[in-house]
Amino acid sequence: MAKINSLAELQKKRDELQAAAAKTKNEKVIVNVSLATCGIASGGKEVMEAMKQEAAALGINNVEFTMSGCMTYCFAEPTVEITLPGKEPVVFGYIKGDKAKELVSKYIKSGELVDGVIPASYERIVF
Amino acid sequence: MVDKNQLRIATRNTGFIDPESVESYIAVGGYQALGKCLAEMKPADVIDLMKNSGLRGRGGAGFPTGVKWGFAAKYASDTKYVVCNADEGDPGAFMDRAVLEGDPHNVLEAMAIGGYAIGGNKGTIYIRAEYPLAIARLKLAIQQAKDMGLLGDNIMGTDFSFDIELKYGAGAFVCGEETALIASMEGNRGEPYTKPPFPAEAGYWDKPTIVNNVETLANIPAIIMKGADWFSGIGTETSKGTKVFCICGKINNVGLIEVPMGTSLKTVIYDVGGGIPGGKEFKAVQTGGPSGGALTYKDLDAPIDYENLVARQSMMGSGGMIVMDEDDCMVSVAKFFLDFTMDETCGKCTPCRIGSKRLYELLDKITIGQGTEADLDKLRSLSDNIKDTALCGLGQTMPNPVLSTMRVFEDEYRAHVIDKKCPAGVCADLLEFTVVDEKCVGCTLCARVCPVNCISGKPKEVHVIDQAACIKCGACLDKCKFDAIIKQ
Repeated sequence: MAKINSLAELQKKRDELQAAAAKTKNEKVIVNVSLATCGIASGGKEVMEAMKQEAAALGINNVEFTMSGCMTYCFAEPTVEITLPGKEPVVFGYIKGDKAKELVSKYIKSGELVDGVIPASYERIVF
Repeated sequence: MVDKNQLRIATRNTGFIDPESVESYIAVGGYQALGKCLAEMKPADVIDLMKNSGLRGRGGAGFPTGVKWGFAAKYASDTKYVVCNADEGDPGAFMDRAVLEGDPHNVLEAMAIGGYAIGGNKGTIYIRAEYPLAIARLKLAIQQAKDMGLLGDNIMGTDFSFDIELKYGAGAFVCGEETALIASMEGNRGEPYTKPPFPAEAGYWDKPTIVNNVETLANIPAIIMKGADWFSGIGTETSKGTKVFCICGKINNVGLIEVPMGTSLKTVIYDVGGGIPGGKEFKAVQTGGPSGGALTYKDLDAPIDYENLVARQSMMGSGGMIVMDEDDCMVSVAKFFLDFTMDETCGKCTPCRIGSKRLYELLDKITIGQGTEADLDKLRSLSDNIKDTALCGLGQTMPNPVLSTMRVFEDEYRAHVIDKKCPAGVCADLLEFTVVDEKCVGCTLCARVCPVNCISGKPKEVHVIDQAACIKCGACLDKCKFDAIIKQ
């Protein structure tokens, strides 16, 4: 990895990464699975695997899978955040059993909402 | 959940970025604050900014972070240390783990900023060994940051160098106290020592040391980027910014929340937390873990900040919130926390070592129906004595669960010692299971499930529970389909 030698270089790197992320967001479906210790314990990794398999089975290949830490919704683990191209992210909770596949076959494939949407009740600081 | 009651500063990235990718952190403005400090600010400017922001320590007592940094900056030394206190051990608290597992670079960046401000270039994260994923992600993050020149020698091409290592704790509650933590890091028994000298003067290896909690650190890059005025504009007169809480227990939306200081308990419990399951009545919430105390249904409108909690014999602590409903007995709750502190006292000072045991014994006596009114006075005076004389924060705050529950629920204590009843129906020794004659249809189900065969009665006749033989397991109450058994 190239070293960053000044604040200007860091800012350039940030701008490049943000541009790349914006491009991905416009073109791809982003699936973000909450994988902190608790998310993993409640089956988050299995959810990610099941979603990958279902996407492959349905021939959907514009999905990018990522992971994050705690999404703060302990009561609804495992939780998955899905961002359809050009849309706002939606967080789904209670992803147990066949629910993971349903997220792919319904929401990702045709934008049809499924149960378990968790509304965002926060303002997040960005800079 | 309604509107936007939450404001996420410390947890701004947790759940949004990939904690195992430094690029993911840089894309949300990561390491910009460190870069800004190095390129545009003198160390004294950073300290002034921290002081003006009003940020106070999120690990317990709420000491102003900028003031702490200012002390450490003042002492000349060839080596100074920045220690991140990640020894999270309160029952029901997991916010530090969430931040470390979800946004590790944020904490690393803040530590480097602290190092620059006080003139130190060594950082240590004291983390409990039972957080393996947090440790793995921190190690990865440190390596990534070093590879990119964001940590290590000559950060971002400047002459400032800062390196971070991990130290593992074995999971002792007292090691969250900063002097005990330092003792443990040096390879000694995790016991606190008398301050002064404060760690800022002579801490880790007798060098000037700042010890900051994970959540405190997690706020810092945001404060540098958005300014002291922005941060001090959030919260109350004395408590600025936000606080992360872990709400658990009898609450619908168990989880991690971050709300501005001064948010009312009502908002936290009902709006953010979604209320109490099963339509039960809210009774109290234990804040601050075993060092904290109970806020009760009478405190629902109280704005949550450092001072308001202390005024109610609680404390901010690290931010665990254990919600209790009408089915919880406050004497048992106090006993539970004393059981914890009794186990966790390091034993160095007498008030804590013996006092915790005596407090526990008194509470135990009350819950088994052998308490007297004199015991209530003893509980109070012993609590006051321990508060005044214990060596460290653990001992000084240990009586809080007792004092805070007695503040509002003295009636409940009195019911235990005078009427020998547990109003919440928790203390088994004070309970009596009886059959309501009018409701019993004589189905015999209770007699069949009773593990000690103490229920007698012929089919289709009223059954009777032999009180002397009853072990108060509650199996009959659970099974009866006619509500013919009551517990009181």
